[in-house]
Amino acid sequence: MPTITRAGRARPQGSSFELAVWYLMRLTGLGLFVTALGHFLITHLLSDPSIQDVAWVSERWGSIAWRTVDWLMLTFVTFHAFMGMRVVVHDYTRGALKTVLTMALYLGALVIFALGTMVVATLPFPVA
Amino acid sequence: MQVELRILRYDPERDRRPHEESYRVEAGPMDRVLDLLHRVKYEQDGTLTFRRSCGHGICGSDAMLINGRNRLACKIRVDQLGGKRITVAPLPGLPVMKDLVVDMEAFFAKFRSVQPFLVNEGVAPVRERRQSAHDRERFDDTTKCILCAACTSSCPSFWAQPAYVGPAAIVNAHRFIFDTRDDAAEERLEILADKDGVWRCRTIFNCTDACPRGIHITQAILEVSRAIVERHA
Repeated sequence: MPTITRAGRARPQGSSFELAVWYLMRLTGLGLFVTALGHFLITHLLSDPSIQDVAWVSERWGSIAWRTVDWLMLTFVTFHAFMGMRVVVHDYTRGALKTVLTMALYLGALVIFALGTMVVATLPFPVA
Repeated sequence: MQVELRILRYDPERDRRPHEESYRVEAGPMDRVLDLLHRVKYEQDGTLTFRRSCGHGICGSDAMLINGRNRLACKIRVDQLGGKRITVAPLPGLPVMKDLVVDMEAFFAKFRSVQPFLVNEGVAPVRERRQSAHDRERFDDTTKCILCAACTSSCPSFWAQPAYVGPAAIVNAHRFIFDTRDDAAEERLEILADKDGVWRCRTIFNCTDACPRGIHITQAILEVSRAIVERHA
């Protein structure tokens, strides 16, 4: 394929990263619509918030299914929130500052995701 | 009735920065803002500089910021604006050359970058390239663009990142991408999949609001985004 387009400009080296981010922002948005709203419904409307303590969470997390759902929510929200911040950073900053802030966002996302995953995976199951 | 026209003036040889000047002109409700600008230029201040050509909303020369919104001076009437004070400024986000004239070169370079012309390497037919009414309908909306730059210069993503190809260029790419007679849709999708291509659209809808031709610009941009995703699927 020629390196310049018919219009005479350098042919872009098609990066599919931006495409993947754009698409995943939509998918995670849909995912959050279900998981985050479901979470809100359970913790604020279906169950009385004043009785929710560690024991309540631990009991709910006695089921692998709930842990999976909450871990999915963690995945969706980390991606959606940090990539959303990346949009703002890329719109309003240039040069070195942009690189530094983007890397800080990636690092922050990684730390929060790792911590959250660790909690979901290692919180002891309630003793039957 | 008397209308006060407040125009943002800038003469690069005399002014350090743009400043507002006020003119009182006689105007009827059916007068267009372009008529008022002519009245100022012909009767009060011949140095007032602006672009206009056909004066009928087709050439796209006289897009400017009127009462805070991008519109064509030849398509907006005094009675539509309501009130006796009208503010006029050059299109935002583009370098001002003088008064209401902005530098459109970068805008047209982006337009050219999406290959806004028919590409068909097949044997040319003896007469016209035929197309069904249904296939023609697919891109009818985006054929209406007059390249006035009202959309691109109203786009906050473009203000923030001038490298963004902008709504006008995407609209003109859309016009050929979905044309069954054209063979270069893949190339255009690849060009627009660039990091400064369609992904910079934040669906703010300013472009759709600003378009004097009523093109559903945001929808066209998202159709192109979707086509890029489907191409990779």
